[in-house]
Amino acid sequence: MDLDPTLLARIQFAANITFHILFPAITIALGWFLLFFKLRFKATKDAKWMDVYFFWTKIFALCFAIGVVTGITMSFQFGTNWPGFMTSVGNIAGPLLGYEVLTAFFLEATFLGIMLFGFKRVPSWLHSLATLLVALGTTLSAFWIIALNSWMQTPVGFEMRDGVAFATSWFDIIFNPSFPYRLTHMLLASGLTASFLIAGISAYRWLRQDRSPAVMAAIKCGIYSAAVLIPIQIFVGDLHGLNSLKHQPQKIAAMEALFETQRGAPLVLFALPNEETKTNDYAIQLPKMASLFLTHDRDGEVKGLNEFPGNHPPVKPVFWAFRIMVGTGILMLIFSWSAAWCLARRNSLPRFLAIGLIPMAFSGWLATESGWYVTEIGRQPWLVNGVLKTVDAVAKVPSAMIGISLTLYLILYAVLLVAFITTLFYMARRAGEKGKDDSSPSAGQAIVEIIAE
Amino acid sequence: MEIFANGAWLPLIFAFLMGLSMLIYSVLDGYDLGVGVLMRRATDEEKDRMIGSIGPFWDANETWLVLGVGILLIAFPLAHGVILTNLYLPVAFMLIGLVLRGVAFDFRAKAKISHKAVWNRVFFGGSLVTGFAQGYMLGGYILGFKEGWLAIGFAVLVGFCVIAGYCLIGAGWLIMKTDGELQRKAVKWAKLSLRGTVIAIALISLATPLVSPRIFEKWFTMPSILFLLPIPVLTAGLVVMIEVMLRRLPMVGDRFCWVPFALTVGVFVLCFGGLAFSFYPYIVPDQLKIVDAASAPESLVIILVGALVVLPVLIGYTFLAYKIFHGKAKDLSYD
Repeated sequence: MDLDPTLLARIQFAANITFHILFPAITIALGWFLLFFKLRFKATKDAKWMDVYFFWTKIFALCFAIGVVTGITMSFQFGTNWPGFMTSVGNIAGPLLGYEVLTAFFLEATFLGIMLFGFKRVPSWLHSLATLLVALGTTLSAFWIIALNSWMQTPVGFEMRDGVAFATSWFDIIFNPSFPYRLTHMLLASGLTASFLIAGISAYRWLRQDRSPAVMAAIKCGIYSAAVLIPIQIFVGDLHGLNSLKHQPQKIAAMEALFETQRGAPLVLFALPNEETKTNDYAIQLPKMASLFLTHDRDGEVKGLNEFPGNHPPVKPVFWAFRIMVGTGILMLIFSWSAAWCLARRNSLPRFLAIGLIPMAFSGWLATESGWYVTEIGRQPWLVNGVLKTVDAVAKVPSAMIGISLTLYLILYAVLLVAFITTLFYMARRAGEKGKDDSSPSAGQAIVEIIAE
Repeated sequence: MEIFANGAWLPLIFAFLMGLSMLIYSVLDGYDLGVGVLMRRATDEEKDRMIGSIGPFWDANETWLVLGVGILLIAFPLAHGVILTNLYLPVAFMLIGLVLRGVAFDFRAKAKISHKAVWNRVFFGGSLVTGFAQGYMLGGYILGFKEGWLAIGFAVLVGFCVIAGYCLIGAGWLIMKTDGELQRKAVKWAKLSLRGTVIAIALISLATPLVSPRIFEKWFTMPSILFLLPIPVLTAGLVVMIEVMLRRLPMVGDRFCWVPFALTVGVFVLCFGGLAFSFYPYIVPDQLKIVDAASAPESLVIILVGALVVLPVLIGYTFLAYKIFHGKAKDLSYD
């Protein structure tokens, strides 16, 4: 069987990045949550905040470790599978990646050690500072990576000489047109991912009759922040969409499965887009709504895929991923607002809502992944929009070799995902059992030491 | 070409920085990979202490690999492509090894107690595969990616050499960071790995000039042989000193427990220096020179400015971390 090496390399990179982003999506925001817990403890001297802190630091450490090792994998895959990327745009991508490693990666990795294991060894302020620097490091990391990704979507500030990109303005490169939108969208996505994870895992503990004050504090923290973030995210997502319409109209056309340019374009709620016949089968649509959303005018003109022959992304994956993302966002809104309402009114959660929050713990993952699928598949057939095609960057590595590595990665990631999720719930159960007989003298003693300072 | 002539020193600076990162990586991740391999021979209680001794550091240690490969990627994109596509499978195995040991490190402390033994084995296996793959890659690189059974045999030999070296520095680390029975065991492990390391270094030093005429020429012509001679002589001297120290350790009051580790770092530096000399001025042996593989000077300057600002800070807080966690390792505790 002859498999296309480009396709295999793409699947492999997609598998890697899909698995990798799960963990930064948690840690970027969870770092700030940890800082919040630590500062709440310093302000209130209430031991429950330290319980929350210690429980979530362990999960942070686990996510961080998986994030680091899968991130290393990606930095190698640029060379093993996509050498054309660096030969062509290395002058731009190189410094951005370099600054990520120098300013962010070392900062987070080094202070993580102090944050995790230094509680008893360093003064409390230094421990808080380490927590702050870890959170700052993960966010800076996101800054540089999103800068590069956004540049690949909307490249500016460079000139091409003999097929190689040379930087002309670093300010333009970093703050390229889609960067502010994408960065905000991703940081909020991470905030929501961490919020729902905290709320969901804590709801699981609460359902298992774990009534330690730390559990309720964590539920409230997760739910309230989700309830605040989700409307902002919907607003920012809309701005991001408008930005894409301006700079990458073919992506929007694929998201909306709009085959022909038209005025008063309908919003397709459900359909089976058919690229052969260029129609949407079984479509359920709201007339003129897409035009209203995208142009803020019911009869505004929206460009269709017919404007970009042979130069637009595949419709189905982009169309579906977009709907999954939006659908998950709506579920997030419903869950966080109703849970926030119950917590504010009655100071507790109805059982069905608590049960619903458990699968919602991973809603951030689903929304983040599908959002990235929209943006990355939506950029195809380009690797760097209008500059470098994906097929032109791929390595001439035989299919068989990619097949071997791909198979190994897929098995590895499947096993790790199962291990991660089961461990997460196991940790939640064990924390509950510990709470019942209250056999954590070491933590108590440490807290006394801190207060004594 | 004007700009390039003016910026000709830049690629060399970056080659130096890349070499430095790789050297720091091989020392730092070397000791924690070594500890991972040695864990196989420890009791359960000792395993916890061994893990505790590397716990606060391993994340940051691996970051040096990202920096080294990062510099290769961003400063020498052409070489990055050639090297990594040639080493496709060993790289894949190394990455899988790194992923496995990285996650096992965290899972073993957090998963069910009954699963802990499995994660311990994964940690050992991952460390072993990583070290071996790195050595295998180094072997392939030394030969300029030649093919055939001889080349594979040579790469396998270097693979074992690197494992032995990592075990040596790992054991040195444990001698420094532990006490009691575990420390005594570590001394024993260090003696064994020293034998392995010496045999391997000797074999590689003999084999390299034989398989590469260019390297042979470089080492065994008249003026250079004189100022290269200190490298093997010093290495031999350090090895003897390590052996002498190991026979006397552990001493009363735990004096000199840091010496084997420090001396091993010296051996690493010398071996690395010898290799670097052999390769210069090539970045891909016999194929691509450092200057021909570099990125545009404009981009290199941007990174260099950042690196010069950040590197001192980075080294500063790395020292801070080592100072905070100095002394004998305890069991890992998140408190």
